[in-house]
Amino acid sequence: MSKTTENTRRKFLRNISLAGGGLMLGFKWDSAHAEMPAIFNAADPVIVPTFNSYLTIATDGTVNIFSPNPELGQNIMTSFAQIVAEELDADWTKVRVTQAPLDTKSFDRQLTGGSGAIPHSWMRLRKAGASARWLLLQAGAKQWNVSADECTADNGFIIHKPSGKKLGYGELATAASGFELPQEVPLKDRNDFKLIGKPIKNVKSKDIITGKPIYGLDFHREGMVIAMVQRPPAFGTKIKSINDAAVKASPGILDVVKFQENVAIVGKTTWEIMKAKKLLEVEYEKAGNIESTADHDALFTSLMDGEKVTVQRKDGDVEMAFKNAAKIIKSEYQSPFLPHNPLEPMNFFAHVHSDGVELVGPTQTPQAARQAVAKLLNIPQEKITVDITRLGGGFGRRLKFDYVVEAAELSSIIKKPVKVIWSREDDMMGGSYRPSVRYRFEAALDASGNMIGYKLRGVGVNAGNSTRPDTFPSGAVDNLLIETADHISPITTGAWRAPTTNFLAYAEQSFLDEVAEASGKDPLQFRLQLLDKARKGLVGKKNYDIERTETVIRMVAEKAGWGKKKGVHQGFSVYFSHNSYVAQVAEVILKDGKPQVKKIYAVSDCGQVINSSGALQQVMGGIVDGLGHAMYGKLSFVGGKAEQNNFNTYRLIRMKEIPEIDASFVDNGKDPTGLGEPALPPTGGAVANAIYKATGKRLMKQPFIEEPLFADA
Amino acid sequence: MPQYKLNINGKSRQVDVAEDTPLLWVLRDHLQMCGTKFGCGIGQCGACTVHLNGSAVRSCSMPISSVKNRSITTIEGLSENGDHPLQVAWDEVDVAQCGYCQAGQMMTAAAFLKRTPKPTQEQVENAMNANICRCGAYHRIREAVLEASKKM
Repeated sequence: MSKTTENTRRKFLRNISLAGGGLMLGFKWDSAHAEMPAIFNAADPVIVPTFNSYLTIATDGTVNIFSPNPELGQNIMTSFAQIVAEELDADWTKVRVTQAPLDTKSFDRQLTGGSGAIPHSWMRLRKAGASARWLLLQAGAKQWNVSADECTADNGFIIHKPSGKKLGYGELATAASGFELPQEVPLKDRNDFKLIGKPIKNVKSKDIITGKPIYGLDFHREGMVIAMVQRPPAFGTKIKSINDAAVKASPGILDVVKFQENVAIVGKTTWEIMKAKKLLEVEYEKAGNIESTADHDALFTSLMDGEKVTVQRKDGDVEMAFKNAAKIIKSEYQSPFLPHNPLEPMNFFAHVHSDGVELVGPTQTPQAARQAVAKLLNIPQEKITVDITRLGGGFGRRLKFDYVVEAAELSSIIKKPVKVIWSREDDMMGGSYRPSVRYRFEAALDASGNMIGYKLRGVGVNAGNSTRPDTFPSGAVDNLLIETADHISPITTGAWRAPTTNFLAYAEQSFLDEVAEASGKDPLQFRLQLLDKARKGLVGKKNYDIERTETVIRMVAEKAGWGKKKGVHQGFSVYFSHNSYVAQVAEVILKDGKPQVKKIYAVSDCGQVINSSGALQQVMGGIVDGLGHAMYGKLSFVGGKAEQNNFNTYRLIRMKEIPEIDASFVDNGKDPTGLGEPALPPTGGAVANAIYKATGKRLMKQPFIEEPLFADA
Repeated sequence: MPQYKLNINGKSRQVDVAEDTPLLWVLRDHLQMCGTKFGCGIGQCGACTVHLNGSAVRSCSMPISSVKNRSITTIEGLSENGDHPLQVAWDEVDVAQCGYCQAGQMMTAAAFLKRTPKPTQEQVENAMNANICRCGAYHRIREAVLEASKKM
């Protein structure tokens, strides 16, 4: 082990104050006993560093829970701790939560993405808490010389039921580590949950509201320098020449460094660097395709009618179905690129030194970032530490690690600890976008209005497979074809909250409304009938559960009074993503002839809700995000360069534009599934369908605000 | 470089910076007061909001030379113990998601409530519309501002 790593771990252990002993419980995710926590003696210097994730109980009763996954507002630090503390029967007021650094020996899937942390860790965290509880029970029983069956745990105490004697966890922690764990420890019945499912407040609330320096951008190290980087402003260009004389002569500037296609300006303070950067003269030349949004529009048309496609799914005889159709409905939907725009701009601290590399900052994917740095600098991963700060938002932007690698490379060149800071413009022009796509949907109806054929072709720019071949209505249509075509472009893309489905769901749910109307059916009934058809005679594979989908549909219809209200226009949508089900009804009114979204009902089935306050935040935030970007989001290109680069030209939703939201959850006790993303995809469709009801105008493109409907008279 | 004497959160501070240095970067880089956030740098998002003599200003667009002798309040000085009615309400309502914009939101709200102690929901929306929350926590921000107004 390198000195750095060892030091970090020592520091790590000091921070959790084990002075005086206590119980440390480590559980290896990646071993054969992946789900079975093992006990280690905290005093043993050999074993301690091999910990993965662990909880500690200090002799004063303080329970420390390490949260391995990056926190970006999904409230994982609170939810993870709730699960452990629940099974531990801990006193919540004595629980402390600490962000763990990257530790691949100890943790598995230490990333934030795909709404996957809770489903992945649910049983592991429960067993971690339950194991410690079991050990404490043994320790208590031994102390009183009674059977452990006569003891119970409650709120940080082990209690001997017959006598009423009690001992605090802190008092028993050291003794508890002397017992051997059985293969299985009992887990609670969900009816006994006291913390899980409750509205527990964000454990870092105090730090946030008092302005503590907890984000990457706030990180400061004595002796570090600051840098900002000039990257090619247009995709498809490279540096031809640089004139940095004026920059170098500017106050506070220490160095100007060219690496890759970057020019880094290194200095003492951010403002001096920002000012000097304006004096930098870089000439760029063509290095690849220089593309504009207008080119993409033409390209989509040619890909739509072209032969070069990948078949993602094919059921039955689609050609015959369309030949025999009594009616064919065909529509195209198109999305722009979108930047992620987490409010904290990209930044990372890197210090490449003789013993290795120290990395500190906001990342959704610390492991991949470290791998990339190791590869670039040819330094073994064991010599690279990654401390994860709180993230000022992510939305997928920080799944890319370009800004981490860049900081490390710069530090290796200038041989100094450096914090690289991006401006808003740098990030918006910097090449991580939700891909622009166009979808063509076609449906074939028989004479009775049954959908006998369905076709979807998705074409995009660096979109990969822009479809979800096994989600609804796949499985419910006898003849179905899903194809994609992709254009490889210098305009780089990335996963944007609810990748692919953030736009696909809107397009598909709008189109299904068109088909329902053409078949003379209520949009909601139309979907229920298709689900029933899938139940009776499933065609091919499906990845969704029919009953769970039906439940959220029926519940949202009930909540919203579907079809029963006067004076408002309702639109419906349902979508399955990240293993969760969300149905929404949007209500639109016309004000001065313009549509206005007044209310959105959402019913979500994400299995067991962990934190009812945090869950509401994710659903409400997801809806606001989905609505905001459907209404206003647009990044367009001219000559390879983004036309919008800050919030004066790129519009984000604001408080006056939010609708009322009524969000509720299905309480079915199933194991938890994702929630950071699933509420976003259905929103655009529900809103577009409601706007159609209100105005007779179907919105086929985002952002909606560009439709004449919204223009001032 | 010119020297500036500043009154920040009731304390006297002195910095040696160029006159066009925005207050935001004086706070963050020179005084290591990082509660005030950098979001857009052009006064559009409100993450950098602080008070000058009690009025909300965007510190990213406020050159240090124009501060003069006005007193500066940042999130670190909104209250001594983190118990300003807005901070209490923010905690009770469990507002924060990523939390990055929240200091700016609270500073905007604090100046607004001083002017408008008993606001209507519409007044809150008009005042808070200036601040972006990328996580979309607007419902709870609005609720917390209204909640705080009852405590003041």
